Amino acid sequence: MTSTEIQPSRRRSGRPPREPRREPRGWASALVGAVIEAWDELRIHRTRVLLSLIGVGVAVCALTSVVGIGAIAQQAQIEQLERGSGRPASLIVGAPYNIATGTQADPQQYEAALRTAVDRYSITYSGSVTWIQQAIQFRDGVSIAESAQAVDVDYGVMHRVEVDQGRWFIDRDELRLAPAIVVNVAFWQRLGSPDLRTNPTVTLVGAQDVTAIVIGVTPEPPYPEGPRMYILNSAVAGLQTPEQIAQNFPQFEMWVPPAMADELTGLVRRDISAAFGEGWQVDVNRQDYLSWEGGGDPIGPIRMVLAGISVLILVLGALSLVNISLVTVRQRIREIGIRRSFGATASRVFFAVMMESVVATLVAGFAGVVIAVAIVQNPWVRSVVASGLTDVPPFPIEAAVIGLGAATAVGALAGLLPALVAVRVKVIDAIRY
Amino acid sequence: MTLLTLESVTRSVELPGGEQLDILRGVDLTVNVGDHVSIVGRSGSGKSTLLNLLGLLDTPTSGRILFDDEPLASLSGSRRDRKRGRDIGFIFQQFNLLAGRTALENAMTPLLYATGKQFWNRTRIASEMLDRVGLGHRMQSMPDKLSGGEQQRVAIARALVRGPRLILADEPTGALDIETGASVMALLDEVAEQSGAALITITHDANVAALARRHFRLDRGVLAPVDVNRVLALAMPESTP
Repeated sequence: MTSTEIQPSRRRSGRPPREPRREPRGWASALVGAVIEAWDELRIHRTRVLLSLIGVGVAVCALTSVVGIGAIAQQAQIEQLERGSGRPASLIVGAPYNIATGTQADPQQYEAALRTAVDRYSITYSGSVTWIQQAIQFRDGVSIAESAQAVDVDYGVMHRVEVDQGRWFIDRDELRLAPAIVVNVAFWQRLGSPDLRTNPTVTLVGAQDVTAIVIGVTPEPPYPEGPRMYILNSAVAGLQTPEQIAQNFPQFEMWVPPAMADELTGLVRRDISAAFGEGWQVDVNRQDYLSWEGGGDPIGPIRMVLAGISVLILVLGALSLVNISLVTVRQRIREIGIRRSFGATASRVFFAVMMESVVATLVAGFAGVVIAVAIVQNPWVRSVVASGLTDVPPFPIEAAVIGLGAATAVGALAGLLPALVAVRVKVIDAIRY
Repeated sequence: MTLLTLESVTRSVELPGGEQLDILRGVDLTVNVGDHVSIVGRSGSGKSTLLNLLGLLDTPTSGRILFDDEPLASLSGSRRDRKRGRDIGFIFQQFNLLAGRTALENAMTPLLYATGKQFWNRTRIASEMLDRVGLGHRMQSMPDKLSGGEQQRVAIARALVRGPRLILADEPTGALDIETGASVMALLDEVAEQSGAALITITHDANVAALARRHFRLDRGVLAPVDVNRVLALAMPESTP
């Protein structure tokens, strides 16, 4: 006997033998256990994990930002297009003409036929647009307006006309003796940038000079432009001679539900042609951007390029993650062996390693999405991407979903190889590793 | 009541040259519930290979291993893994504690693979077990802040948290000084006794082996019973085998 004085045990005698146990399979505990295991691993190796996930976080942030900014830019682009061509679906009705003689229809008869059609089909927004040539007496002399449009009140809604100062036309403006006009910033500045609360006036030079009141100023566009103005159709009669009015070619617009656009096109064409009798024809067409060939997504190509770059970043991030994960798993072989010796099944080890990757990339993805939201919602970014938005879209949920989905997919793919390596670990060799 | 039976178990491996190396030859062993068995042998005698077979970490080349009278060959890999987790506790020479985790987290590790109450009450169970091995005051200590003896105590607590029916101790005192080794062995013997688990100690230390009730010697892959006095005699420096 050595100095340690270890005595042979003689105590094992009377304890009753224990029966083998049967444990129920606990899917909940297995799942929670795997998540805890994965989270512990990430917590303990947080520096390595953090460094390895920067690429994924940046990639997800880029991808989400692209989708988010893309959605806003698309809305801005759509609104811009709608200002020009009207909102979907905008039908444009040309003046009827006689096929045989080529003569145009009487304007009053034409307007009566249009009003009948509008009432018949309960079209809420409609109106005519006439491009006129209008001289204006500015402080520094008379100039021809770069653009002067005679419109109806509904035009503002149909074409998303934004007014920075003052307001757009209302029905009561039709009753004014001095016509109301809405002008652009260039026009307003030529007037000396007056306060609209003082009801500034301007002389419209024509057959007889007319004093108009400026009631609204549209926002300044990002590109330079000359003086532009809108005036109500009802006020044009006082500006022009009957001969000038007869030479105007108004186009009539209707804003109808897109689903009914095709049907209404045919019906309106039929009704107006019928009002003039045999030999008369009228053209009714859609003019909004959705009717243009390939006009479904006006910024589609740019978005595709940006998404392509983001996916490339994501792939590179995933590759670096796979690389680091593989090295890490090889360093963890002993630990995996120890876990196996305590009852971790191969599937559990596979799942745990996968979970580590997925949980980590999900966290990185979440961080990336949060940063992307902060970027996309930033007022400065919004002002650069989409100034003058009427309907400011919220942060697109699909962008967040795509970001988190991409992060999860990257995590699963990046975790697959290390998980396969982990499963192939030989427990005996691993413990001695 | 028989817990584990080895019947004519052999284990051989193929060497790079195509030659066959027989590590274990016709091993027969029966371990009863609550038994304490020691297996001594020199380095290279096949001790670790035998431990792997006993711990369901490896399968024999020929022969049968029965656990609860059930042949292990009939069990799938995952069922064998689950049985190992449920019924067998390992204690390694190098402790094999997981780095970066506290003593409590290490002791809880096997309970992550348990189900039901064992899983959900894992913190309490592990705390009680650490308290039982005298480490109630070191639960939040990292392995590198613990002495060798304390680390092995954590390893013992970890091996016992799931209430195994068989404890396999591979050179449990191999990395400890004599006094610490003695106290660790006394503790191991005591907690195994209290829990009613069978204890198989594989060691080359005759003094540690002598603590068991039944003694075996593994020599060139052949397992044979040996008298305790013979085991102790082997430990004497002047003794000859």
